[in-house]
Amino acid sequence: MSLFSFARRKRPTPSAQTAKDRLQILLAHERGTGGSPEADYLPMLQRDIVAAIRKHVPIGDEDVEVRMERGDQMSSLEINIELPGAPPSGAKGR
Amino acid sequence: MTTESGTKPPLGRVIVVTSGKGGVGKTTSSAAISAGLAKQGFRTVVIDFDVGLRNLDMTMGCERRVVFDFINVIQGDAKLKQALIKDKRLDTLSILPTSQTRDKDALTREGVEKVLTELKTEFDYIICDSPAGIEHGAQMAMHFADEAVVVTNPEVSSVRDSDRILGLLGSQTHRAATDGAEPVKAQVLITRYDQERVERGEMMTVEDVLEILAVPLLGVVPESKAVLKASNVGTPVVLDGPSAAAQAYEDAVSRLIGGSVEMRIASEPRPGLLQRLFGRAS
Repeated sequence: MSLFSFARRKRPTPSAQTAKDRLQILLAHERGTGGSPEADYLPMLQRDIVAAIRKHVPIGDEDVEVRMERGDQMSSLEINIELPGAPPSGAKGR
Repeated sequence: MTTESGTKPPLGRVIVVTSGKGGVGKTTSSAAISAGLAKQGFRTVVIDFDVGLRNLDMTMGCERRVVFDFINVIQGDAKLKQALIKDKRLDTLSILPTSQTRDKDALTREGVEKVLTELKTEFDYIICDSPAGIEHGAQMAMHFADEAVVVTNPEVSSVRDSDRILGLLGSQTHRAATDGAEPVKAQVLITRYDQERVERGEMMTVEDVLEILAVPLLGVVPESKAVLKASNVGTPVVLDGPSAAAQAYEDAVSRLIGGSVEMRIASEPRPGLLQRLFGRAS
């Protein structure tokens, strides 16, 4: 099989294709935010969420965990807030 | 924890990876060295100091997971814990990405010191990936360093710039400004070394480079196809299967933690007739 692949050597190697895919996904996100390469709203969003929850429950800045996963079709933002005094089994609200 | 005999984990040793010249392999080396240390069981964090041109995240393969960055932490917009990205391959390894939007002035000396002080309580090694040049960003990356890995190609402009950086390490750092402090321990890491070209007299030898720079040698990383392949897929080269480059970085890491490893200069195995006929992924 490899004897024949010698003849069509030009095709991109798997890792080169991976590189291209990674760049396309990343740059689509970075260009999408109009000039500024990155969304800078996350710190503000976190502050607002903490402030909103603090109206009802006392939580610290450390009790909020923000996670992001950017995909080509879909991106997700996961926010975990540790609520004080909740029963241990359901300590995490989402 | 698997450590070499006689070495105990230092708490929060700060190592800057720097070079002056761009494109010689600082980020590749930062990724490989930090992954190598983490692989040996040391709690390691690697920080991107190249504000505005973040690339360590891509080399480490965590570019899609960046939420908060180094600058957010310095400016108090996020907690350090929230900005650290845990590596998915090694649980001893974390990445602190930098900002793409801010300018390099956001990197204040006080801010950097505060973050490093906090990291020292949780990590054995703190690897600072410096931007190219000798400007503010590069100075901040080296300022609080205990050790420096100066990445050099066997090429005139790279060696000249390395010499410049060695001068700055000896004069512009916290250790240089502190009376009675040991100077920053600087070592040179020669990358993109091509034994064949050295033999043909087309490239300076390791000895040539060391004679000019007059600092100890940390390792010699051969020109290797494995480096591009690893960066394509976002994997530090030491975690991307065996290669001459990976071996060289592993050896350099062993020397960094105080082990004595014989200096061997590997090169990519030249493909034999059979290999050329039957091909192989590289």
